[in-house]
Amino acid sequence: MRTIIAPASAAVKSGVIVVRASGPNSFELLEKLSGKSTPSPRHAVLRNLFDAKGDLIDNALVIAFNAPNSFTGENVVEFHLHGGMAILKNFLETALETGLCYPANPGEFSRQAFENSRMDLTEAEAIADLIDAETNAQLKQAQKQMRGELGALAREWREEIISALSESEAYIDFPDEDLPDGLSARASSTVKNLIKSLKQHIEDSKSAQRIRDGFSIIILGEPNAGKSSLLNALARRQAAIVSSIAGTTRDVVEISLNIGGNLVFVADTAGLRETSDEIEEQGVKIALERAEHSDLRIGLAPDAASAKEIASHLAAGDILVWSKSDLQSPDYLKIDGIDEIAISTKNNSGIKELEDLILMKINTGLAPVSAPLTRARHVFAVSEAIKALEAALDAPSEALELACEDLRIAARALGEITGEVGVDDILDKIFSSFCIGK
Amino acid sequence: MQTDVIVIGGGHAGVEAASASARAGAKTILITHNKNTIGEMSCNPAIGGLGKGHLVREIDALGGVMGLATDMGGIQFRILNASKGPAVRGPRAQADRKLFRAAVQKIVSEIENLTVLEASAEKLIHKDNKITGVEIAGGEIISCAAVVITAGTFLNGVIHLGQKTWPAGRIDEQPSIGLANSLYSLGLRMGRLKTGTPARLNGETIDYSVCDFQPGDDNPKPFSFITKEIKNPQVPCHITWTSEKTHQIIRDNLHLAAINTGAIKGRGPRYCPSIEDKITRFADKDRHQIFIEPEGLDTNWVYPNGISTSFPEEVQDAFLRSIPGFENVEIFRWAYAIEYDFVDPTELGFDLAVRKYNGLYLAGQINGTTGYEEAGAQGLVAGLNAARFAGGQDNVIFSRANSYIGVMIDDLVTKGVSEPYRMFTSRAEYRLTLRSDNADQRLTPLGIELGILSKERVDAFNNKMAEINAAREFVQNTLTTPAQGVKLGLPVKQDGRKRNITELLALKGVEFETIADIYPQLREYTPETREQLEIDAIYSGYMARQENDIAAFNRDENLLIPKNFDYAKVGGFSIEIRDRLEKIRPATIGQAARIEGITPSAITALLAYVKRRDNKNVA
Ligand SMILES: Cc1cc2nc3c(=O)[nH]c(=O)nc-3n(C[C@H](O)[C@H](O)[C@H](O)COP(=O)(O)OP(=O)(O)OC[C@H]3O[C@@H](n4cnc5c(N)ncnc54)[C@H](O)[C@@H]3O)c2cc1C
Ligand SMILES: Nc1nc2c(ncn2[C@@H]2O[C@H](COP(=O)(O)OP(=O)(O)OP(=O)(O)O)[C@@H](O)[C@H]2O)c(=O)[nH]1
Ligand SMILES: [Mg+2]
Repeated sequence: MRTIIAPASAAVKSGVIVVRASGPNSFELLEKLSGKSTPSPRHAVLRNLFDAKGDLIDNALVIAFNAPNSFTGENVVEFHLHGGMAILKNFLETALETGLCYPANPGEFSRQAFENSRMDLTEAEAIADLIDAETNAQLKQAQKQMRGELGALAREWREEIISALSESEAYIDFPDEDLPDGLSARASSTVKNLIKSLKQHIEDSKSAQRIRDGFSIIILGEPNAGKSSLLNALARRQAAIVSSIAGTTRDVVEISLNIGGNLVFVADTAGLRETSDEIEEQGVKIALERAEHSDLRIGLAPDAASAKEIASHLAAGDILVWSKSDLQSPDYLKIDGIDEIAISTKNNSGIKELEDLILMKINTGLAPVSAPLTRARHVFAVSEAIKALEAALDAPSEALELACEDLRIAARALGEITGEVGVDDILDKIFSSFCIGK
Repeated sequence: MQTDVIVIGGGHAGVEAASASARAGAKTILITHNKNTIGEMSCNPAIGGLGKGHLVREIDALGGVMGLATDMGGIQFRILNASKGPAVRGPRAQADRKLFRAAVQKIVSEIENLTVLEASAEKLIHKDNKITGVEIAGGEIISCAAVVITAGTFLNGVIHLGQKTWPAGRIDEQPSIGLANSLYSLGLRMGRLKTGTPARLNGETIDYSVCDFQPGDDNPKPFSFITKEIKNPQVPCHITWTSEKTHQIIRDNLHLAAINTGAIKGRGPRYCPSIEDKITRFADKDRHQIFIEPEGLDTNWVYPNGISTSFPEEVQDAFLRSIPGFENVEIFRWAYAIEYDFVDPTELGFDLAVRKYNGLYLAGQINGTTGYEEAGAQGLVAGLNAARFAGGQDNVIFSRANSYIGVMIDDLVTKGVSEPYRMFTSRAEYRLTLRSDNADQRLTPLGIELGILSKERVDAFNNKMAEINAAREFVQNTLTTPAQGVKLGLPVKQDGRKRNITELLALKGVEFETIADIYPQLREYTPETREQLEIDAIYSGYMARQENDIAAFNRDENLLIPKNFDYAKVGGFSIEIRDRLEKIRPATIGQAARIEGITPSAITALLAYVKRRDNKNVA
């Protein structure tokens, strides 16, 4: 039985996200991420979780359940993470990188439970129905269509792998035939091109994930620049504390907004400055890290000196906002690729224009691509395929069977998307009408 | 007369069936037309190859005949794909036809519990759906508990040579008509297939100076795990090619080939095409390779591999002479094609028993396969299970995860055949695990458990494994730190991780000898043990994954569907799906999922039912 992991609660909206790991490696996973031993079963304890570099991901509540006294009948660990996509993403990536677990396929938790005789099929189906009832039918429909398109695309990719594979297999199974030279050259160019398309598709699909997971905006600026005031203006409520004391905001404050019908997260951060205050320093570090993963950065500065400083944290496509325009007029930096706009939260000028500009950014960022990879599971499958295809190219020529093995692995990985899975994967597929993580 | 098991047919399937049955403790009679053709190679004088060589090693690991006979009769041994990795290396040998036959007959004569009866089996006797005996020509009935039929190409066999056709089982041998009719009367689904064999030539009339030379390996490697050395002298093969003129002659006479006159209805193997097929289908290829294989040490007969045909004699004569080296060739026997009946293998279970009858087993060409090795491997499984059935024991089945035998049988009984079935390594999804070098490690323990192996073999295996296991333990537990590694000149990463010897061997550019310089005790191991350590290293990066895959596969294979499961009881099957399931009658959920056209939702429904029953049984 493999160890699987996935969020068990709806991904974004809630303040706490529960991620469940189930399978023989789940305790080891907890130990690896926390650096501490597994707590006694069914006791909730707090644990710091660290990423591969040793940086803190989150201080989370964790509960271990030992087999067979768990939902799935396997060893299970529940991680109750603080909400927010960045933490979740970082956590899942770190967990998968350990190599101890795989992303759960839809229904796979239920399947484990089913196979360990923790529930019968009808119970499993009932759970699925319950979950489905909560989700909105239209969304489901849309996803189904996406899956169809993606299926067709994945099938095409798979065909290409199979064609490369069969060429290589011919060399193996008919060594005494004088096969034309250059067969494998053709196979390797097929593989190279495919790797390129797969990578491109992962890139293109980011917008699709944003549609699902929300578009993330972060506000950066020196202390007292007016960041919290801007957040409140966008939220049209007092979401963050505003004060004239520099260094008021020390942690990330995130709100969710509906801008032009899109789910958008706006994060207010601690002001960027050199500081000896440990807590504030930590806040600055988190702000900068988070900025990297955000879809849009808004740099906020009241004057030219701080504008120059903050511009160094922006990338093409980002916005530089001149704040407190009621006090002084902006001296635009005119940097390529960076939009600039002046606002005052005091007399409410420029806010509407800024919102329009943000909406425009969202719309480009969320431009639909065809057949996107909408779920982490899809991305994982394609990434696995890329890894295997690269390994196939790397395989030494005297070990053609390893290249073939890698191609088979790649074909199988893509098969997980299409559902056109190999012999042994079919049982996994039958549960695919289930929602992930339940 | 009265016995436990009757095997009909002394071909490769029959010999292995009789041997396995007798070794499994059943009193066994092998009925065959002619004692002197036991072990006859109907087609080319070679055993093994890719996938096929794997099968022979597996037969041998279970105490079968073919590997030993090949070692006794082999006159050129070659490991195919020696330049590629161990999983896709296949042992192959040219055999001296007479020596091979003699070896088979000698081995058969020495098997306890086994009697050979020269006769033609004409009819199966059954009471309702229970097989009770066999009637032989002359009318005598021999009663038994189980029958294995291995009639090869003999069932309603018809030979085609150009426009001429005549009934035959092989050249100069009578076909089996009575037995074929008897099978039809049992109501089994049957069909027709064909295969062909090239002309036989006088080697002394071939000009080898214009041919390429293909020697065997310098150190001939035996097929059998218990053969110590190959004693026969080794001879080379030669290679020549068809010429433009050959192609012209064939194109001009296509209308005369039996395959094109509509005389042959059976389907031939795509991977073993006749020369006229090759020239039509691959029109852009300007020459085709021909291997000239000696048929024996003391004969001038040679077998030109690659030019089987159904042309009449005149056309054969003309095209043969257009081939470089064959200008003045003397033809001993013309090429011919043979058509024969086979039984749809989806009538069978994993144990090769006909599902509709008790005590009836089929193996070899009769199941739609082609090749000695495929036949032999099935014979072993059928004979073993017939004996166990006769003795009231459970059947023994092989799986895709433990053997090529399992892959082949699963393919046959789950998917059926549309052309003669032949083994390839690419059919095995767990290819890296199912190697010809480890066939004994995979299967001999099963043979020991079943009690079908000689003491000699068991001892040899246990000794070998004792050393391999000790070596593996040493290699896995001997750790080198990165600092030590660098000091020893190894390309290890400075990541603070200690590595065992397998991991060191897996590093690029690190040879066994390099490591043996550091740990000289490695040099004390036998070459076989050393080979295993090296292979462990080569595939170490892939093994964890393959083991996982195999575990998942086995999970589905362990979900059994009851034998007489009533598919009508499961709601939600379309008529088409129900028909398919009823036709194949899968033994496991895994097998059901492999049947063509079975949808995942059908599997869900089936699984729910089977699982529910399962839970009840537990409760
Ligand atoms: C013309 C020809 C061409 C071939 N070409 C190829 C090829 O290209 N490639 C390849 O891989 N293989 C080829 N083969 C196939 C190969 O010979 C067979 O696959 C293999 O021999 C099958 O083994 P078997 O044990 O099933 O049957 P066989 O070796 O055919 O043995 C059948 C035995 O059963 C006996 N028998 C049959 N009926 C009765 C009966 N009623 N009573 C008593 N005894 C009976 C026969 O006398 C014979 O001894 C060819 C065979 C022939 C004849
Ligand atoms: N005149 C004027 N004052 C503003 C404006 N926006 C914010 N301020 C004032 O500037 C001060 C700092 O505002 P905040 O929004 O708390 O600034 P911040 O960037 O979040 O500060 P830190 O959290 O401390 O980093 C407060 O006293 C605000 O009232 C504006 O548009 N005009
Ligand atoms: Mg603030």
